[in-house]
Amino acid sequence: MRLFLFSKLINKKYCFFIAQPKSCVYLQLISCANIKKMKRDIFQAIADPTRRAILVLISSTALTPNAIAEQFQTTRQAVSKHIKILNECDLLEEKKLGREIYYQLKIDKMKEIDHWLEQFKKIWEQRFDQLDQVLMNLKSKENEI
Amino acid sequence: MNFSVDKENKTVNVKREFNASLSNVWSAWTDAAILDLWWAPAPFKSKTKFMEFREGGKRLYAMVSPEGEERWAVFEYTSISPKTNFKHSSTFCDAEGVPNSDLGSSYWDINFSENGDSTIVDIAIKRGSLEELEKIIEMGFKEGFTSALQGLEKILKAKK
Repeated sequence: MRLFLFSKLINKKYCFFIAQPKSCVYLQLISCANIKKMKRDIFQAIADPTRRAILVLISSTALTPNAIAEQFQTTRQAVSKHIKILNECDLLEEKKLGREIYYQLKIDKMKEIDHWLEQFKKIWEQRFDQLDQVLMNLKSKENEI
Repeated sequence: MNFSVDKENKTVNVKREFNASLSNVWSAWTDAAILDLWWAPAPFKSKTKFMEFREGGKRLYAMVSPEGEERWAVFEYTSISPKTNFKHSSTFCDAEGVPNSDLGSSYWDINFSENGDSTIVDIAIKRGSLEELEKIIEMGFKEGFTSALQGLEKILKAKK
């Protein structure tokens, strides 16, 4: 059961660790759990519509978990699970005021998404530069004929 | 080049104008021998095992790294309107074309139009989920990054 819970917790990218001899499973899982905390990436945050909505909500003002939950039809538990994931993605700025915790979006972190996309864009640019060259060669062949 | 990502619709849009005739651009996208000349970002090479450019036909090809590592993908053409548009799915697979179901498929819609002497290609690539889109971008990143590093290596070697 413990193994099952752990494997559910762990970012699936690191699940391959589990396919190890039994003796090292536990240690591996501990290190996985640490990796998970650091490595849960931003795309998981935006993969879910509720989380996207939360991100929009807290982009302008800091809100308590209760105030966030009030905006949604789902249960408070569901919302706090989303907040937990967003926190693991390192997207939330936590502020304590008295007993209450307020969450606000770390805008800088959202820029990581654009960084990934920039790389993807570069591939297309390179591909098209190559295509320009191919098309130029096709043209000059036509002219020879 | 116009490049935009519509996260809501899980779509990447790429648009580019080429200083070439529509028929040449169309050939470059639909003729395997020409496609292999430019499809893979250098130093990767595109190697088409077979390509049947007709509705219901397939293209099985690999991106080959300088070390000879092959990454296979299969296209399945779902609709073709000559010199105007074609649509296909794209799925990662093995050398025999058996799909890797983990990564899902992307759906490509490619439009061609004339603009004076040049040709505009407008591409929409739709993924099944945002998570899949992430994976593809990550893989693309790996490829682009490796290729950039190898380019640097070449320059450094040449300087010696």
